[in-house]
Amino acid sequence: MAYSDKVIDHYSNPRNVGTLDKSKKNVGTGLVGAPECGDVMRLQIEVDEATNTITDAKFKTFGCGSAIASSSLATEWLKGKTVDEALAIDNMEIVEELALPPVKIHCSVLAEDAIKSAISDYRVKNGLPALELSHH
Amino acid sequence: MLKLPIYLDNNATTPLDPRVLEAMMPYLTDVFGNAASRNHPFGWAAEEGVDYSREQIAKLINCDAKEIIFTSGATESDNLGIKGVFEMYSQKGNHVITATTEHKAVLDTCKHIEKLGGKVTYLPVDEKGLISLADLEAAMTPQTILVTIMYGNNETGTIQPIREIARIAHAHGALFMTDGTQAVGKIPVDVIADGIDIMAFTAHKMYGPKGVGALYVRRKNPRVKVTAQMDGGGHERGMRSGTLNVPGIVGLGKACELARLEMEADTARLSAMRDRLEKELTTLEESYINGSVEHRLPHVTNISFKYVEGEGLMMGVKDLAVSSGSACTSASLEPSYVLKALGLSDDLAHSSLRFGLSRFTTDEQIDYAIGHVKEAVTKLREMSPLWEMFKEGVDLSKIEWAEH
Repeated sequence: MAYSDKVIDHYSNPRNVGTLDKSKKNVGTGLVGAPECGDVMRLQIEVDEATNTITDAKFKTFGCGSAIASSSLATEWLKGKTVDEALAIDNMEIVEELALPPVKIHCSVLAEDAIKSAISDYRVKNGLPALELSHH
Repeated sequence: MLKLPIYLDNNATTPLDPRVLEAMMPYLTDVFGNAASRNHPFGWAAEEGVDYSREQIAKLINCDAKEIIFTSGATESDNLGIKGVFEMYSQKGNHVITATTEHKAVLDTCKHIEKLGGKVTYLPVDEKGLISLADLEAAMTPQTILVTIMYGNNETGTIQPIREIARIAHAHGALFMTDGTQAVGKIPVDVIADGIDIMAFTAHKMYGPKGVGALYVRRKNPRVKVTAQMDGGGHERGMRSGTLNVPGIVGLGKACELARLEMEADTARLSAMRDRLEKELTTLEESYINGSVEHRLPHVTNISFKYVEGEGLMMGVKDLAVSSGSACTSASLEPSYVLKALGLSDDLAHSSLRFGLSRFTTDEQIDYAIGHVKEAVTKLREMSPLWEMFKEGVDLSKIEWAEH
């Protein structure tokens, strides 16, 4: 399968690979996917509580090049956004940016799920109700 | 200077040996006759080339030249062998025994005869990929007409206990067929000593051209016949009609001759290279060799790297042409059924790489492959949340994964 240049770039030079301290109250962690499905993404955000802004984002992904690129791109987009802005990220924006083929759309869906799951975790840690997560 | 990508997918196909091409060239140009034309020298010259090829093949597998039926390749040979026996021996019985790790050319042909009213037993394999002789013995019935078990497996290289299998088949009055596609030309295959009645094989896995193969069909002790699957001019003793692919057949013959003369040296060199590749790659933690290490083709290794995803791994080893146990062409991943039959979990099957070496593989290429794979696996693990959890001692089987 031919990958787009952007997928290859994110795969070869992934942004923001790593781990944030999940014991911190202002760090939200989302772990989505399943090993037997061939994709597991862990996406973490660190939020400045005063401004409700995401100051840092990290990921680790077990998956194909498109899954790695989708999560790498997501972390790039998350930094500097408010939590509400982050919630508005739609998987189709990832599809467009990375020129993902139809068979790889599920990678972008997983990245969107990971963002929402991380935000939900952050909310719960801070006494807010969990997000209703739609599982695709 | 090392040329990239490096071809290490020689179980899929091998490059044509220049000496084979040289032998074929006259038959692609001047000697263009139809081997079935008996009335003029053009036909005689073509037939001579074909007959010489039969001799070259016969010497390699220790059969008589008349026992070779030329086909378009191993898939056709498998079809002809199985369907041909099923039809020819229908008075005697309708039961065929095979194994779950066979090539699709055998499995799908068996499914076809099931639709025609045949009964097929698919023997399981153990974690090394070997069938159990006790299972085979237990599966034999008075209706069993054919046992068909491959010689060496295309994905793992595992070699089945052919002689013992043949003995059991014969003790129950059944014929023994083997798909010798990966074995012929790579390891000594002797149809007399091995007790093989029917054998499918092909040129392009042993440095010959694509589009030509053969079916060995025993002529005495016992005399075996297969019903033709294609109607026409009655070529190949009536078992396979169609104008003979003379250049291809000449190429197959030459490839067999070279294999016979060079097998010992090739095996020594290739198994040493394979062992080095395998030893180096299994220094990576959580890497596992798939299939039998004791009973294996000399040029193959199949290794799984846990906590790395197959498609991502393939992208990471882009400088190598290898196969993965993952047929991930769509969103629904289908891990290799051969590796699954060995009992591998989906994730281990997905994260496997198959290396198939050839006569033309060099030490320099193996050095590069070792470094390249190690680098890709290490990089992907650093990026893998599963690897991190494994390193922290998290039991991944205890996690409730969200299905998607």
